[in-house]
Amino acid sequence: MTEFVDVALLALLAVTGLALLKLRNLFAVVILSGIYSLLSAGLFVTMDAPDVAFTESAVGLGVSTVLMLGALALVGHEEKKPTRPRVLPLAVVILTGAILLYGMADVPPFGDPNNPIHQHVTPRYLEEMPEEIEVPNVVSAVLASYRSYDTMGETTVIFAAGVGVLLLLAGRRRRGQDEEEPGE
Amino acid sequence: MEFLVGHYNYWVVVFLMMLGFYVVISRTHMVKVLVGLSVFQTSVFIFYISLGKIRGGTAPILIDGPAVYSNPLTSVLILTAIVVSIATTALGLALVVRINEAYGTVDEEEIDAIERADEAAVLEAR
Repeated sequence: MTEFVDVALLALLAVTGLALLKLRNLFAVVILSGIYSLLSAGLFVTMDAPDVAFTESAVGLGVSTVLMLGALALVGHEEKKPTRPRVLPLAVVILTGAILLYGMADVPPFGDPNNPIHQHVTPRYLEEMPEEIEVPNVVSAVLASYRSYDTMGETTVIFAAGVGVLLLLAGRRRRGQDEEEPGE
Repeated sequence: MEFLVGHYNYWVVVFLMMLGFYVVISRTHMVKVLVGLSVFQTSVFIFYISLGKIRGGTAPILIDGPAVYSNPLTSVLILTAIVVSIATTALGLALVVRINEAYGTVDEEEIDAIERADEAAVLEAR
Protein backbone atom coordinates (compact mmCIF):
# COMPACT_ATOMS: atom_id res chain seq x y z
CA MET A 1 0.00 0.00 0.00
CA THR A 2 2.79 2.42 0.95
CA GLU A 3 4.53 1.56 -2.33
CA PHE A 4 1.35 2.37 -4.24
CA VAL A 5 0.99 5.76 -2.52
CA ASP A 6 4.67 6.44 -3.19
CA VAL A 7 4.36 5.64 -6.91
CA ALA A 8 1.11 7.61 -7.25
CA LEU A 9 2.43 10.72 -5.48
CA LEU A 10 5.64 10.75 -7.53
CA ALA A 11 3.62 10.40 -10.74
CA LEU A 12 1.38 13.29 -9.66
CA LEU A 13 4.48 15.35 -8.90
CA ALA A 14 5.78 14.73 -12.42
CA VAL A 15 2.41 15.73 -13.95
CA THR A 16 2.22 18.89 -11.81
CA GLY A 17 5.76 19.76 -12.84
CA LEU A 18 4.94 19.41 -16.54
CA ALA A 19 1.80 21.56 -16.19
CA LEU A 20 3.88 24.15 -14.38
CA LEU A 21 6.34 24.21 -17.29
CA LYS A 22 3.61 24.62 -19.92
CA LEU A 23 1.34 27.24 -18.33
CA ARG A 24 1.88 30.92 -19.12
CA ASN A 25 -0.43 32.44 -16.50
CA LEU A 26 1.89 32.93 -13.55
CA PHE A 27 -0.92 32.88 -10.96
CA ALA A 28 -1.73 29.33 -12.06
CA VAL A 29 1.98 28.46 -12.00
CA VAL A 30 2.38 29.70 -8.42
CA ILE A 31 -0.71 27.79 -7.23
CA LEU A 32 0.63 24.68 -9.00
CA SER A 33 3.94 25.10 -7.20
CA GLY A 34 1.92 25.15 -3.94
CA ILE A 35 0.25 21.90 -5.00
CA TYR A 36 3.68 20.52 -5.84
CA SER A 37 4.85 21.32 -2.29
CA LEU A 38 1.74 19.72 -0.79
CA LEU A 39 2.27 16.53 -2.81
CA SER A 40 5.89 16.36 -1.76
CA ALA A 41 4.82 16.86 1.89
CA GLY A 42 2.53 13.84 1.50
CA LEU A 43 5.44 11.92 0.05
CA PHE A 44 7.61 12.84 3.05
CA VAL A 45 4.97 11.38 5.38
CA THR A 46 5.03 8.06 3.52
CA MET A 47 8.83 8.12 3.74
CA ASP A 48 8.83 8.45 7.57
CA ALA A 49 9.81 12.11 7.74
CA PRO A 50 6.81 13.83 9.40
CA ASP A 51 8.92 16.76 10.63
CA VAL A 52 10.00 17.53 7.09
CA ALA A 53 6.39 17.20 5.92
CA PHE A 54 5.23 19.76 8.49
CA THR A 55 7.94 22.20 7.52
CA GLU A 56 7.41 21.71 3.79
CA SER A 57 3.65 22.28 4.04
CA ALA A 58 4.08 25.33 6.26
CA VAL A 59 6.99 26.89 4.38
CA GLY A 60 6.76 25.53 0.83
CA LEU A 61 2.99 25.56 0.55
CA GLY A 62 2.18 28.46 2.87
CA VAL A 63 4.86 31.10 3.10
CA SER A 64 6.48 30.79 -0.32
CA THR A 65 3.10 30.74 -2.15
CA VAL A 66 2.03 33.89 -0.30
CA LEU A 67 5.36 35.60 -1.07
CA MET A 68 5.17 34.68 -4.76
CA LEU A 69 1.56 35.86 -5.06
CA GLY A 70 2.57 39.12 -3.41
CA ALA A 71 5.44 39.57 -5.85
CA LEU A 72 3.17 38.74 -8.81
CA ALA A 73 0.69 41.40 -7.72
CA LEU A 74 3.54 43.92 -8.07
CA VAL A 75 5.21 42.72 -11.28
CA GLY A 76 2.39 41.34 -13.45
CA HIS A 77 1.51 37.75 -14.18
CA GLU A 78 1.61 37.16 -17.93
CA GLU A 79 4.62 35.30 -19.28
CA LYS A 80 5.53 36.30 -22.84
CA LYS A 81 6.41 33.79 -25.50
CA PRO A 82 10.20 33.62 -25.67
CA THR A 83 11.71 34.55 -29.01
CA ARG A 84 15.05 32.82 -28.46
CA PRO A 85 15.34 29.25 -29.67
CA ARG A 86 15.34 26.76 -26.80
CA VAL A 87 17.55 24.09 -28.33
CA LEU A 88 20.60 24.87 -26.20
CA PRO A 89 18.81 24.75 -22.80
CA LEU A 90 17.13 21.49 -23.82
CA ALA A 91 20.46 19.98 -24.86
CA VAL A 92 22.11 21.07 -21.59
CA VAL A 93 19.22 19.60 -19.57
CA ILE A 94 19.23 16.29 -21.43
CA LEU A 95 23.00 15.94 -21.07
CA THR A 96 22.91 16.76 -17.33
CA GLY A 97 19.95 14.41 -16.86
CA ALA A 98 21.79 11.58 -18.61
CA ILE A 99 24.83 12.05 -16.38
CA LEU A 100 22.61 12.13 -13.27
CA LEU A 101 20.78 8.96 -14.35
CA TYR A 102 24.12 7.26 -14.88
CA GLY A 103 25.16 8.33 -11.36
CA MET A 104 21.82 7.33 -9.82
CA ALA A 105 22.32 3.78 -11.06
CA ASP A 106 25.06 3.44 -8.44
CA VAL A 107 22.83 4.60 -5.56
CA PRO A 108 21.93 1.63 -3.32
CA PRO A 109 18.35 0.34 -3.77
CA PHE A 110 15.51 2.28 -2.13
CA GLY A 111 14.54 1.24 1.42
CA ASP A 112 17.22 -1.39 2.03
CA PRO A 113 18.21 -1.42 5.75
CA ASN A 114 21.78 -2.45 4.79
CA ASN A 115 22.47 0.72 2.84
CA PRO A 116 25.72 2.44 3.89
CA ILE A 117 23.84 5.55 5.02
CA HIS A 118 22.25 3.59 7.90
CA GLN A 119 25.50 2.02 9.17
CA HIS A 120 27.41 4.99 10.50
CA VAL A 121 26.57 7.79 13.01
CA THR A 122 22.80 7.10 12.95
CA PRO A 123 22.94 3.95 15.15
CA ARG A 124 24.94 5.91 17.69
CA TYR A 125 22.26 8.63 17.85
CA LEU A 126 19.46 6.08 18.08
CA GLU A 127 21.14 4.11 20.87
CA GLU A 128 22.60 6.85 23.06
CA MET A 129 19.97 9.53 22.59
CA PRO A 130 17.35 8.36 25.14
CA GLU A 131 19.89 8.74 27.96
CA GLU A 132 21.62 11.85 26.66
CA ILE A 133 18.76 14.07 25.54
CA GLU A 134 15.57 12.51 26.90
CA VAL A 135 13.39 13.68 24.02
CA PRO A 136 11.54 10.96 22.09
CA ASN A 137 11.83 12.71 18.71
CA VAL A 138 15.30 11.93 17.33
CA VAL A 139 15.04 14.59 14.61
CA SER A 140 14.40 17.36 17.14
CA ALA A 141 17.16 16.05 19.39
CA VAL A 142 19.75 16.11 16.60
CA LEU A 143 18.54 19.43 15.22
CA ALA A 144 18.35 21.35 18.48
CA SER A 145 20.95 19.62 20.62
CA TYR A 146 23.65 17.61 18.84
CA ARG A 147 23.82 19.92 15.83
CA SER A 148 22.50 23.12 17.38
CA TYR A 149 25.39 25.15 15.97
CA ASP A 150 24.15 24.28 12.50
CA THR A 151 20.73 25.53 13.46
CA MET A 152 22.28 28.74 14.75
CA GLY A 153 24.07 29.12 11.40
CA GLU A 154 20.74 28.60 9.69
CA THR A 155 19.24 31.40 11.79
CA THR A 156 22.08 33.63 10.59
CA VAL A 157 21.15 32.84 6.99
CA ILE A 158 17.51 33.74 7.66
CA PHE A 159 18.58 36.95 9.37
CA ALA A 160 20.84 37.91 6.46
CA ALA A 161 18.04 37.20 3.98
CA GLY A 162 15.59 39.22 6.06
CA VAL A 163 17.95 42.19 6.20
CA GLY A 164 18.51 41.88 2.44
CA VAL A 165 14.77 41.89 1.71
CA LEU A 166 14.22 44.86 4.00
CA LEU A 167 17.05 46.84 2.38
CA LEU A 168 15.78 46.11 -1.12
CA LEU A 169 12.17 46.96 -0.35
CA ALA A 170 12.73 49.87 2.07
CA GLY A 171 14.32 51.87 -0.75
CA ARG A 172 11.22 51.16 -2.79
CA ARG A 173 8.93 52.95 -0.33
CA ARG A 174 11.23 55.98 -0.11
CA ARG A 175 11.59 56.33 -3.85
CA GLY A 176 7.84 55.94 -4.24
CA GLN A 177 7.33 58.96 -1.98
CA ASP A 178 9.96 61.01 -3.82
CA GLU A 179 8.27 60.38 -7.11
CA GLU A 180 4.88 61.27 -5.78
CA GLU A 181 5.91 64.52 -4.12
CA PRO A 182 6.79 66.61 -7.22
CA GLY A 183 3.41 65.79 -8.73
CA GLU A 184 1.47 67.04 -5.75
CA MET B 1 13.45 -5.10 -13.73
CA GLU B 2 14.07 -5.17 -9.99
CA PHE B 3 16.77 -2.57 -10.52
CA LEU B 4 14.34 -0.29 -12.38
CA VAL B 5 11.61 -0.63 -9.74
CA GLY B 6 14.02 -0.36 -6.80
CA HIS B 7 15.28 2.98 -8.10
CA TYR B 8 11.84 4.37 -9.07
CA ASN B 9 12.10 7.27 -6.61
CA TYR B 10 15.50 8.24 -7.97
CA TRP B 11 14.39 8.20 -11.63
CA VAL B 12 11.48 10.50 -10.82
CA VAL B 13 13.79 12.73 -8.77
CA VAL B 14 16.12 13.15 -11.75
CA PHE B 15 13.12 13.96 -13.98
CA LEU B 16 11.81 16.62 -11.55
CA MET B 17 15.28 18.04 -11.05
CA MET B 18 15.83 18.44 -14.78
CA LEU B 19 12.34 19.91 -15.16
CA GLY B 20 13.19 22.60 -12.61
CA PHE B 21 16.58 23.17 -14.24
CA TYR B 22 14.95 23.54 -17.66
CA VAL B 23 12.47 26.12 -16.30
CA VAL B 24 15.38 28.05 -14.76
CA ILE B 25 17.47 28.24 -17.93
CA SER B 26 14.80 28.49 -20.63
CA ARG B 27 12.06 30.78 -19.22
CA THR B 28 12.34 34.54 -19.21
CA HIS B 29 9.79 35.68 -16.59
CA MET B 30 11.80 35.95 -13.38
CA VAL B 31 9.05 34.76 -11.02
CA LYS B 32 8.72 31.63 -13.14
CA VAL B 33 12.47 31.12 -12.90
CA LEU B 34 12.15 31.23 -9.10
CA VAL B 35 9.30 28.69 -9.24
CA GLY B 36 11.60 26.46 -11.31
CA LEU B 37 14.32 26.89 -8.72
CA SER B 38 11.96 25.78 -5.96
CA VAL B 39 10.91 22.74 -8.01
CA PHE B 40 14.60 21.88 -8.30
CA GLN B 41 15.12 22.33 -4.56
CA THR B 42 12.10 20.19 -3.65
CA SER B 43 13.39 17.40 -5.88
CA VAL B 44 16.65 17.44 -3.91
CA PHE B 45 14.62 17.17 -0.69
CA ILE B 46 12.78 14.14 -2.07
CA PHE B 47 16.11 12.57 -3.04
CA TYR B 48 17.52 12.94 0.48
CA ILE B 49 14.40 11.68 2.23
CA SER B 50 14.29 8.69 -0.16
CA LEU B 51 17.86 7.84 0.86
CA GLY B 52 16.88 7.81 4.55
CA LYS B 53 13.81 5.59 4.21
CA ILE B 54 13.98 1.99 5.41
CA ARG B 55 11.30 -0.34 4.07
CA GLY B 56 9.05 -1.42 6.96
CA GLY B 57 10.58 1.22 9.21
CA THR B 58 8.79 3.92 11.14
CA ALA B 59 9.36 7.63 11.79
CA PRO B 60 12.37 8.23 14.08
CA ILE B 61 10.30 9.01 17.19
CA LEU B 62 11.27 6.57 19.90
CA ILE B 63 8.62 4.13 21.09
CA ASP B 64 8.70 1.36 23.71
CA GLY B 65 9.68 -2.03 22.38
CA PRO B 66 11.69 -3.03 19.35
CA ALA B 67 11.23 -0.99 16.19
CA VAL B 68 13.08 -0.16 12.99
CA TYR B 69 13.54 3.58 12.61
CA SER B 70 14.18 5.34 9.34
CA ASN B 71 17.25 7.54 9.21
CA PRO B 72 16.75 10.80 11.19
CA LEU B 73 19.84 12.54 9.78
CA THR B 74 18.40 13.13 6.31
CA SER B 75 15.34 14.73 7.92
CA VAL B 76 17.55 17.04 9.94
CA LEU B 77 19.54 18.11 6.89
CA ILE B 78 16.41 18.74 4.85
CA LEU B 79 14.70 20.72 7.61
CA THR B 80 17.63 23.12 7.45
CA ALA B 81 17.55 23.13 3.65
CA ILE B 82 13.82 23.95 3.50
CA VAL B 83 14.25 26.96 5.75
CA VAL B 84 17.24 28.17 3.73
CA SER B 85 15.25 27.69 0.51
CA ILE B 86 12.51 30.04 1.70
CA ALA B 87 15.21 32.58 2.56
CA THR B 88 16.63 32.43 -0.99
CA THR B 89 13.13 32.61 -2.50
CA ALA B 90 12.25 35.67 -0.43
CA LEU B 91 15.48 37.44 -1.35
CA GLY B 92 15.01 36.50 -5.02
CA LEU B 93 11.47 37.88 -5.05
CA ALA B 94 12.63 41.11 -3.42
CA LEU B 95 15.25 41.44 -6.19
CA VAL B 96 12.55 40.79 -8.80
CA VAL B 97 10.36 43.55 -7.35
CA ARG B 98 13.36 45.90 -7.37
CA ILE B 99 14.25 44.98 -10.98
CA ASN B 100 10.65 45.60 -11.99
CA GLU B 101 10.92 49.05 -10.48
CA ALA B 102 14.16 49.88 -12.33
CA TYR B 103 13.18 48.51 -15.76
CA GLY B 104 9.38 48.34 -15.71
CA THR B 105 9.51 44.67 -16.68
CA VAL B 106 10.75 41.37 -15.26
CA ASP B 107 11.21 39.66 -18.62
CA GLU B 108 14.88 38.87 -19.23
CA GLU B 109 14.68 39.45 -22.98
CA GLU B 110 13.02 42.84 -22.58
CA ILE B 111 15.63 43.85 -20.03
CA ASP B 112 18.33 42.78 -22.50
CA ALA B 113 16.73 44.93 -25.18
CA ILE B 114 16.53 47.94 -22.85
CA GLU B 115 20.19 47.50 -21.89
CA ARG B 116 21.28 47.28 -25.52
CA ALA B 117 19.24 50.37 -26.43
CA ASP B 118 20.86 52.26 -23.54
CA GLU B 119 24.32 51.24 -24.66
CA ALA B 120 23.61 52.30 -28.22
CA ALA B 121 22.32 55.67 -26.99
CA VAL B 122 25.49 56.21 -24.94
CA LEU B 123 27.69 55.37 -27.94
CA GLU B 124 25.73 57.73 -30.16
CA ALA B 125 26.02 60.57 -27.65
CA ARG B 126 29.80 60.32 -27.87
